[in-house]
Amino acid sequence: MITAERKPLEELIEYVKPYKRILLLGCNECVTVCAAGGRKEVGLLASGLQMALLKSGSSIDIRQHTLERQCDPEYVEELVPMIDGVEAIMSMACGCGVQQLAGRFKDTPVFPAVNTKFMGASERQGVWAERCQGCGDCMLGQTGGICPIARCAKQLMNGPCGGSAGGRCEIGDDVDCAWQLIWDRLKALGREESFVEITPAKDWRSGGGSGPRKIIREDLAE
Amino acid sequence: MKTESNLEKVLAAGHLAVTSECGPPRGALPEEVVKKGGYLKGVVDAVNITDNQTAMVRMSSFAASVITRQQGLHPLLQMVTRDRNRLAMQADIIGAYSLGIDTILCLSGDHTKFGDHPMAANVHDIDSIQLIQMVKNMRDEGKFQGGADLKGPSPKMFIGAAANPFADPFELRVMRLAKKINAGADFIQTQCIFNVDKFEKWMEGVRARGLHKKCYILAGVTPIKSVGAARYMKNKVPGMDVPQEIVDRMASVPKEKQPEEGVDICLESMERLKKVEGVAGFHIMAIEWEEKVEEIVKRAGLFPRPQV
Repeated sequence: MITAERKPLEELIEYVKPYKRILLLGCNECVTVCAAGGRKEVGLLASGLQMALLKSGSSIDIRQHTLERQCDPEYVEELVPMIDGVEAIMSMACGCGVQQLAGRFKDTPVFPAVNTKFMGASERQGVWAERCQGCGDCMLGQTGGICPIARCAKQLMNGPCGGSAGGRCEIGDDVDCAWQLIWDRLKALGREESFVEITPAKDWRSGGGSGPRKIIREDLAE
Repeated sequence: MKTESNLEKVLAAGHLAVTSECGPPRGALPEEVVKKGGYLKGVVDAVNITDNQTAMVRMSSFAASVITRQQGLHPLLQMVTRDRNRLAMQADIIGAYSLGIDTILCLSGDHTKFGDHPMAANVHDIDSIQLIQMVKNMRDEGKFQGGADLKGPSPKMFIGAAANPFADPFELRVMRLAKKINAGADFIQTQCIFNVDKFEKWMEGVRARGLHKKCYILAGVTPIKSVGAARYMKNKVPGMDVPQEIVDRMASVPKEKQPEEGVDICLESMERLKKVEGVAGFHIMAIEWEEKVEEIVKRAGLFPRPQV
C-alpha cells in the first residue's frame, strides 16, 4: 500500500488560516490502513484544527467527509453536492488523491494534510516499511522475493557492498541488509549459484526515467 | 596487454605492484594535490585519486588525476556510482582517457549518510559491477552503454574493482569477487587488512575458484597512526575488521611511539601477505599520512619500483 504520515498541525494551520469554511477529506484506502488519513484521523484533525484556531481567537467551519477512494474520479464526483460554499479542501489522502481533487475542482484550493511516504508493507502493529519503488520491471523473481531497488540503500543489483555487517546495512542498525536477506533466501531455495549471474544495467525508462508513466489498457479504456 | 597502464605493465611483468592513494582537498588547492603526489612520486606504480570519499565534497577525482598526471605520476581514477548517472560517468571516462588517464577503479561509494551532504540524492543509476561492465564494453567493443559506437580510439582503461573480505555475508564475498571479474575487472584492491587470518581464509576461497589467476589482487594495508585511530576504525568504519589485539598492541606503547608501532604492524602484515598465494601486490592506504608511504615501501623491500 501507499503509506503516509500526518503533517505537523502547525503547517496545516498555516494552510487553512485564511478560510472560514473548509472540507476535510479522508480516504478509505491505504491511508486508513496506515492510520494517517481515514475517517478516524479526519475527526481528530478537525478537532485539532478547531481548537488551535479557537485559541488564537478565530474559528473555522470544517465539513468532514471520507471517500471510498480519492484517487478514483467516480468517488470524487460524490463531492459535487457538498462542495458548495467550501473555500478550500484539505485532503488526508496520498498525493494521488490530492491531485485528483485539484484536477476536478479547478477553482478550489486543495491542501495536503499528509506526507506521502512510500509503497510499503506492515511489519508489525504500527510499523510500516518500504518494499517497492515501482521501477516498472520487477526483478523479485531473480532476487528471492526481496527487492534490492527498494531495500538496498545503494540500490545495488549485484550483491552487497562492503558495509554489510551482521545482517545489517551500514546506514543503520535498524535497517536490514537487503542482500543478506536475498542471500539467505537463495540459500534456502538452493539457488546460490544464481548469484553469480550478472544483472545488467537497468532500463530506467520503466521506472520513471522517461517522464510520467501511464498504463493504458485498451481492453478497459473508454 | 590490454592497456598502456603502468600498473598493468608492472603486474604483467610479474612484480609485486604497489599502489597508494591521495585524497583530493576540499577546495581549489591544486598545490595540496601536488604536495601529496610529491610524497608518492617514484614510490608507487599508481596513485588512487579518491572520488568524494566518505561522501564529502572534494576536488573531483578527474581534476586531481589530471594534476597528478601532469606531475609525472600514474593516477588511478576512482569513480563512484553514487554521484553521477551513466552519461556523466562515460563522459568522464573518455575525458580522462583523452588526458592520459588509463587506470580506473569502479566503486559504488560510501553512502551519503556518512558525509556532509546527507540531504543529497544518491544516484545509483548503475552499480559498481555494471560500471565495470560499462568500462570494459567501452574499451573492448568501442560501445557506449546505450549501444552506440564510440568515435575514435576506445578508452583503454585498466579496470579495477574493490573487494572487502571482511564484510558479511562472508560466504558470499568470494562469489562477489567472481562476479566483478566476470564483469571485466582486471585488478582488485582490497579493504584494509588487519585481520590477516580472515584474509587468508578468503584467499583460500579465491584460489579454490581459480580467481587469483583471472585477475590481480592487491592486498590493502593501512598504517595506523594512533590507538585512537585503531579504535575508531574498529568501531565506527563500516566494513572494517580491526582485531582487538591490534588495538591492545597500539595501546601498549606510549603515544609518541604509536605511529612507529602502527607502521611496524603494517609491515608485519605485508610480510605475511607476501607469502599468500595469489597476492599480486599492495595497496597502501596511508590516510592523510602519504609522507609515510616511501618508508613503508622501502622497509618492505619493494623499492625501487620497477621501470617497465
